[in-house]
Amino acid sequence: MRTLTTRFAGYTILVFFSLLFLYPFVIQIGNSFKTEADAAANPLSPLAHPFTTDSVARIFDGTGFPTWLGNSVLVTVVVTLTRVLFNSMAGYALSRLQFRGRKVLFAGVIALMAVPPVVLLIPKFLVLNQLGMYNSYAGLIVPIMVDAAGVFIMKQFFDSVPVSIEEAARIDGAGVFRTFWSVVLPSARPALITLTILAFQGSWNEFPHTVVAVQDPSLFTLPRGLADLVSGSLGAGNQYPLKLGAALLATIPVAIIFVVFQRYFVRGATEGADKG
Amino acid sequence: MSSVAGKRGGIRGNERVAGWLFVAPVVLVLGVFMLVPILMALWVSFTDWNGQGSPFRSGVPLAGLDNYTGLFSEDGLARQNFMTSLRNNAYYVLAVVPLQTVLALGLALVVNKRKAFFRTAFYFPSVTSSVAVSVVFLFMFANTGAVNQILSFLGINGPQWFSDPRGVLHLALDGVGLLDSTAPPAALTGHGVLGLTWWDWTSGPSVAMCAIIALVVWTTSGTFMLMFLAALQNLPVQLDEAGLIDGASRWQRLRHITLPQLRPTLFLVLTLGLIGTWQVFDQIYVMSQGDPAKTTLTPAYLSYRTAFRDFDYGSGAAISFVLFLIIVVFTLLQRRALREK
Repeated sequence: MRTLTTRFAGYTILVFFSLLFLYPFVIQIGNSFKTEADAAANPLSPLAHPFTTDSVARIFDGTGFPTWLGNSVLVTVVVTLTRVLFNSMAGYALSRLQFRGRKVLFAGVIALMAVPPVVLLIPKFLVLNQLGMYNSYAGLIVPIMVDAAGVFIMKQFFDSVPVSIEEAARIDGAGVFRTFWSVVLPSARPALITLTILAFQGSWNEFPHTVVAVQDPSLFTLPRGLADLVSGSLGAGNQYPLKLGAALLATIPVAIIFVVFQRYFVRGATEGADKG
Repeated sequence: MSSVAGKRGGIRGNERVAGWLFVAPVVLVLGVFMLVPILMALWVSFTDWNGQGSPFRSGVPLAGLDNYTGLFSEDGLARQNFMTSLRNNAYYVLAVVPLQTVLALGLALVVNKRKAFFRTAFYFPSVTSSVAVSVVFLFMFANTGAVNQILSFLGINGPQWFSDPRGVLHLALDGVGLLDSTAPPAALTGHGVLGLTWWDWTSGPSVAMCAIIALVVWTTSGTFMLMFLAALQNLPVQLDEAGLIDGASRWQRLRHITLPQLRPTLFLVLTLGLIGTWQVFDQIYVMSQGDPAKTTLTPAYLSYRTAFRDFDYGSGAAISFVLFLIIVVFTLLQRRALREK
């Protein structure tokens, strides 16, 4: 009897918190399909009366959304590919290749991991400006093409893998590059998936960097465009259905990836913390 | 480690070149966009550069330590803004860190033996875009929004969240009749330290800041829950079973067996929280831009605003470095704790 009560209490707590954590998304979805008056009158209701796709149409027609979406896709694809390649190359070198300066480099990577991104806002702008990269795709993409945390994850991974396969390849006469490309990388699949997902999520959601790298609305990514939309580029009126709809569309890709590759997100979250 | 190439000198040499080639992209990008910027900003923080041309030109006026003293010891708007932002962020840290830690620990304890669905649900907000989520919370905390509607079901007249600059400590004291927040005692308003009156220092987070606190606790708890969960699942079950055999209650086992073992993780979560909360930027940018009455101004947002709105890059950079120092202290604390583990 007692265990039944505690079990019931346990589930009540769980359901309450699930609602707390998920209901905002339900509200978001529901209100994206409402009229503005309905959204103001019944913000809590998940159902739209009347149901309208008007705001979705206006997102594509009356805002810069298509441009932001295109930019986000471009940035995310390039950044994800380069991060996976460059971070794993560096992680491999720091773990396996013997060269002078390796220890110092690794210490440098660890130190840079601790640099808070927010204090780099003005500094990054200064350098982009000096290099003539401010307000360009290069400025948007190049500074985030590698990340110290990703290098660290790959180095840790390679440290934990036995060297025997590489040795076999070397003995067969493969050079360092060939060994890396056709033996090491294919065997690093789990780490590569984690890295890909973290890079995808990180670059898709990246916001502060876009604030200091570009100013031209045609270079905005989704988060930057959304922020601009919210802080008043629409002019008068709240237009919540439209804003919520745009935010919803920006969330969907990450949500899908999250549901499919959940355990890799979990690995990423605990990996950085465990040894960082 | 790899003694693969040990026997053959040629490959050794090859490896040396390959090593540097492999790290070259990372070294280049991190060097140019992290290391160089820090040094450059340090230089700018000692100048009055206005953003025109190169900060290294000979015509750029030098400021010495003026940008720093302006934040701490000179009476003026710069210090007032900076101290206000420190106050706001300090209250924000004092609210967010304990709340997210307790919530994360509680959630980890309840999902420890249960279905993965709940873990997913609690973690999901952490992986979504901070900007997109801020939009949702702006709507929920709107004057006719979901939060105020729930409050009105409970018979409470909700505040105008994002336009209410009143501090909650003042409101609480007013509520219990200890003082009148519209007519603060002269002893507090007449005196002060570092450019703010005692009355200003003791305001507590503003009503507007509370909405942001709620948002951040909601988004970060999931991540920290995972860290507690990882630690919980590595705990040896024998100790808990021994406690059970000795007749310890659920609460006693939690208090005397589980929690002491979670201490390293607890410390980690607390320090990561302290590091993260001093960096709040996205939510402020999207939701309040430092308003109302500067009560959601934080050092990170202030440094951005000083540089990019007021074109005072020197002061902006100086604020960044002070913030950097604050965060470095907590990072060192965390590193020490990890080494002990």
